[in-house]
Amino acid sequence: MFAFAIRSLAQGVLVLVTVAFIAFSMFRFVGDPVVNMLGQEATQQDRQELTERLGLNDPWPIQFARFLGDAAQGEFGVSYRQGRKVSDLIKERLPATLELAVLSAIFATGLGVLLGVYAAINRTGILSNLIMSLSLIGVSLPTFLIGIGLIYIFAVELRWLPSFGRGEVVRLGWWSTGLLTESGRKSLILPVLTLGFFQLTLIMRLVRAEMLEVMRADFIRFARARGISDRSIELSHALRNTLIPVVTIAGLQLGSVIAFAIVTETVFQWPGLGALFVNAVQFADVPVMSAYLMFVAAVFVIVNLTVDLLYFILDPRLRSGRRVAKGH
Amino acid sequence: MTTFRKSLWLALIASTFAVGVAEARTLKWARSGDSLTLDPHAQNEGPTHTLSHQIYEPLIIRDHTGKQLPALATSWKVTSDPTVWEFKLRTGVKFHDGAEFDADDVVFSLERAMQPTSDMKGLLTSIEKVSKVDAHTVHIKTKAPNPLLPNNLGDLFMMDKGWSEKNNVTKVQDFKNKEENFAVRNANGTGAFMLVSREPDVKTVLKRNDNYWGKSEVPLEITEVVYTPIKADATRVAALLSGEVDFVQDLPVQDIERLRKDNKLRVNSGPENRTIFFGFNIGDKDLKSDNVEGKNPFADVRVRQAMNMVVNRQAIQRVVMRGESVPTGVIAPPFVNGWTKELDTPPAVDVAAAKKLMADAGYPNGFSVTLHCPNDRYVNDEAICQAAVGMWGQLGIKVNLVSQSKSIHFTLIQKQPPESDFYMLGWGVPTFDSDYIFSFLYHTRAGSRGSWNATRYTNPEVDTMIQSLSGETDLAKRNATIAKIWSILHKDVVYIPLHHQTLAYGMKSDLDIPVDVSNQPKLKMISFKRS
Repeated sequence: MFAFAIRSLAQGVLVLVTVAFIAFSMFRFVGDPVVNMLGQEATQQDRQELTERLGLNDPWPIQFARFLGDAAQGEFGVSYRQGRKVSDLIKERLPATLELAVLSAIFATGLGVLLGVYAAINRTGILSNLIMSLSLIGVSLPTFLIGIGLIYIFAVELRWLPSFGRGEVVRLGWWSTGLLTESGRKSLILPVLTLGFFQLTLIMRLVRAEMLEVMRADFIRFARARGISDRSIELSHALRNTLIPVVTIAGLQLGSVIAFAIVTETVFQWPGLGALFVNAVQFADVPVMSAYLMFVAAVFVIVNLTVDLLYFILDPRLRSGRRVAKGH
Repeated sequence: MTTFRKSLWLALIASTFAVGVAEARTLKWARSGDSLTLDPHAQNEGPTHTLSHQIYEPLIIRDHTGKQLPALATSWKVTSDPTVWEFKLRTGVKFHDGAEFDADDVVFSLERAMQPTSDMKGLLTSIEKVSKVDAHTVHIKTKAPNPLLPNNLGDLFMMDKGWSEKNNVTKVQDFKNKEENFAVRNANGTGAFMLVSREPDVKTVLKRNDNYWGKSEVPLEITEVVYTPIKADATRVAALLSGEVDFVQDLPVQDIERLRKDNKLRVNSGPENRTIFFGFNIGDKDLKSDNVEGKNPFADVRVRQAMNMVVNRQAIQRVVMRGESVPTGVIAPPFVNGWTKELDTPPAVDVAAAKKLMADAGYPNGFSVTLHCPNDRYVNDEAICQAAVGMWGQLGIKVNLVSQSKSIHFTLIQKQPPESDFYMLGWGVPTFDSDYIFSFLYHTRAGSRGSWNATRYTNPEVDTMIQSLSGETDLAKRNATIAKIWSILHKDVVYIPLHHQTLAYGMKSDLDIPVDVSNQPKLKMISFKRS
């Protein structure tokens, strides 16, 4: 397992460098940051000077090499848009995104598994059918529409929940959390629902389908023959065997929830990394864009690694397979 | 009643009275983008100046109509030497940290704004030297007579020399350095509001400066300002509708009608200092993006006239802009010196006459060309271009529309030589004088002039006249030259002006914030309606 982890890590680094390479080769098409950094009175000469100062005149392989060198030391430069250190910006925005993503993932996985199991066991019930029909909405409606719809109902019409921002946050060292204040918790509800809704329906439908599959398997029939109670079969035998693909999907989805909360963050003016990235793209703020893309790549590498490791715990065959291999 | 009780009652009454007077009024203010930095000389950009205007002050400020008012300078005049301006400074003004404002701060601030890394230096290129005469008098010597120098000082904010030295911000941020400048998130101005906290892109809190020098001159009723950028249009409007914000600075045009009908809200709209227009490559021998070999159709003034004539500005105003624009025939908003009603009147739409002009020019069946358009800069920019493309189609001109982000679009225009043959652009005039328009949009591209002129239009006669404007101290003569330049440019149809952009502010009905032509509302001027 140790060798496996090392190999995965090495692959991870390779992925990071590749992402950085591709990202860098594309930045030229985002536009020229100098245009945004100088006022309209700037002369041709001012622009050339600034381009020179920023090192944007160098061929991009050189810029790329410089970026890699700095990144290896944890140095991502200064944001062209805000004049602040990119590492500070990311550190400042990370808690908002992580809080949102983790809560959405918990919401989606918890409720998704629950509803999925219910829909699988009571296949013909009215409630199950209702759940399944509703889940179609979650799969088919775009996130921003769900977000705006929720804002309209709960913020504008009912005025129960805020329409934007994080509310009051409490600082714990460099971390900031909205969970400790009432306005912070209220502010979390709509973005979490919006971000988690798609994942929820996805996981639910997956659990239901897998569960139905497993329930037809031989070992379930034998378990029934042994006289084990239905409840025990469903929850311990069947569910456990259902979980392997669910963990894979849920893990990958967590990665994309962290990385691509962009839409939800924009709709709710959520001060996270996604919103930071959107602003950076519009300004052609290369240092922030490159750091963000590296961050996203890192998240996916870590999540994948964790998912791989989780298989060992969930699937005894992988462990025994290794033992057998060792025995030879 | 015992004396003790009596005094207790008195104290109680006194305290309620005090609370009554110092009524706390918070203004929750939202707009689509945040200020980029609090450093007043680091970015020459609208939203950045808007926030700075609440905290810092210039020597001369403009009110919402564009009229100049004394701020930190009480009077200004040209001395007997026409190249030297004298500014008398306001006395008794204190920075937020208590330091006295004087001539040293003015010299320091203007010199700071002229540094190579400053983004404000472009407005101060005419200055040779700033010098202190006494504690409250400053002389600005210009390289040549500059009768309009005060026009350029409206967004040049005064910093405290002592504070800047103490915090090591005597230099404007250099992006080459990998450190943040202290002035980016901290501020010490003389303005009506003081910075309490700043989280860029999230929230900025200001509180009223109770020692403000001008508190007897302005209402100054707002005690606290909470400024939040909200990028998504729908969310910004929702926040206003739900009462979470009091004042939204940029309303999307499609929502204005609906918000006007809400009696809890007020919508104020008015012209902005910005004109939208199309420019074409007039100068090249041949266009890269057209299908005419060896010739440039735009070089023929008849083609330009024809294209100008078929643009139905009223239809664009009605359909694309939902009534929120002012159709025009000139790239100068009404409050700019040099604007006239005749120039502003767009040509009548006449497709038949335009077709004849095209035929006379040798293009009876039109031609094809590429139009570059931004999609994230002006109000409904891409939709305007789409509408205009259809209108030119009536002449057989097949326009391929390329809409891109402003970061790419502006690069095409600024490159030398420019990389677009036909493009959309918008122009604001911070100096409120035609010279600014001529210098950037019409003068041949050379040196510091013509940097936004991607038309390759070059007219030596016009160039000479433009250059004469900056040194002309006789204002009547100067205005005559301006009128003459406009008449030549108008005849040459160098651009197709489309409309002046309109601004719409949304607010709760107990507020009445007038639209500021520079889109930089000054909150000290705002008073609440007593209900």
